[in-house]
Amino acid sequence: MTILLQLYWEFFKIGLFCVGGGYASMPFIQDSVVDTYHWLSLSEFIDIFTISQMTPGPIGINAATFAGMKIAALPGAIAATIGFCTPSVIIGIMLAELFFRYGDIAAIKGVLNGLRPAVVALICSAGISFITLAVWNEETWPKDITAFDPIGIIVLIGSLIAIKYKVGVIRMLAATGVCGLLLGLAKQFLFG
Amino acid sequence: MNQDLHSVARDYPHFYWTLFKSTFLISAFTVGGGFVIIPLLKAKFVDEYHWLNDKETLDLVSIAQSMPGVMAVNTSVILGYRMAGLRGSLTALLATTLPPLITLSIISVAYDLFADNQYVRYALKGMQCGATALIIDVAIKMLRKQFRAKLLIPLLIVAATFIANYFYDVNIMLLIIIDGIVGLILLRADKYNI
Repeated sequence: MTILLQLYWEFFKIGLFCVGGGYASMPFIQDSVVDTYHWLSLSEFIDIFTISQMTPGPIGINAATFAGMKIAALPGAIAATIGFCTPSVIIGIMLAELFFRYGDIAAIKGVLNGLRPAVVALICSAGISFITLAVWNEETWPKDITAFDPIGIIVLIGSLIAIKYKVGVIRMLAATGVCGLLLGLAKQFLFG
Repeated sequence: MNQDLHSVARDYPHFYWTLFKSTFLISAFTVGGGFVIIPLLKAKFVDEYHWLNDKETLDLVSIAQSMPGVMAVNTSVILGYRMAGLRGSLTALLATTLPPLITLSIISVAYDLFADNQYVRYALKGMQCGATALIIDVAIKMLRKQFRAKLLIPLLIVAATFIANYFYDVNIMLLIIIDGIVGLILLRADKYNI
């Protein structure tokens, strides 16, 4: 029981202080579960990092769930996940109340008017990183533009066409998974 | 904000179940995390159910970005709360955390098999490309909206925030705080409500 409470509290703190999304929570998790409590070895932690990136689902929750699972099985996973989410619920509800209740006040309108273009910019920035990852398998702009991944380009263009023809999002993503698998197998079969 | 839209949401038949189902699917298909959630939110809640409009979606995301924690969790808490208070918030949160719990329970049993599995990597590569297409589509639509408004300060915010984030890796929270302050000082007029 103590381990579950400890997990809850550790991940509560991680949820509270991790700023900047999923990847940003990784160093916090490492600091706590590897360096401070020695619940996991560094190599087990790197496993968590890999698995969180590879599994569908938000990276931060994946990491919390997987770390909790390794430390104290399913109850551990649940304790870590709930701990990780608690600060978001408290802060989220407070901010939502503030913005939705007093949203008509000019000051708050001003803040939101400033934030909307900012979020558009952040989406564009994320979009470009995604493009380089999809087409060149690199997170930053590639040094050699000709070293692209043909499978990436084919699936990307196919998806853009599917969006144009208003195919449902979930169906489209499931289909891209199947296409990736089939094209990967074809490439393996043809080129070894 | 538009109050009527949300009573429409709550009057929707099987509202909580629909909210749960949509958020569950969105979480299960968020490959790579973070901003992928925006096109998925838009597809479900704006285009399919009409529970939100584009501008509100951006507002929800702005609020989610301005707080600590993970984007997917923050967004679902705020989205659920916006539509149906605490109950909505907890429904959306439960639906967001369940898919990772289920997948990882299975995967942790057979981690080595999974991590080295080529087929899994191929399928995930395909889904990454699908997610990329979604985010390109939304980015273009939203940029177009900003450009059509032809207002100098919002466009400068877009450009400056993009350069700071993409080229200089400036922390997102810091950018959000700065842009919020710029908005507070300069963008109070209604014409900036893009």
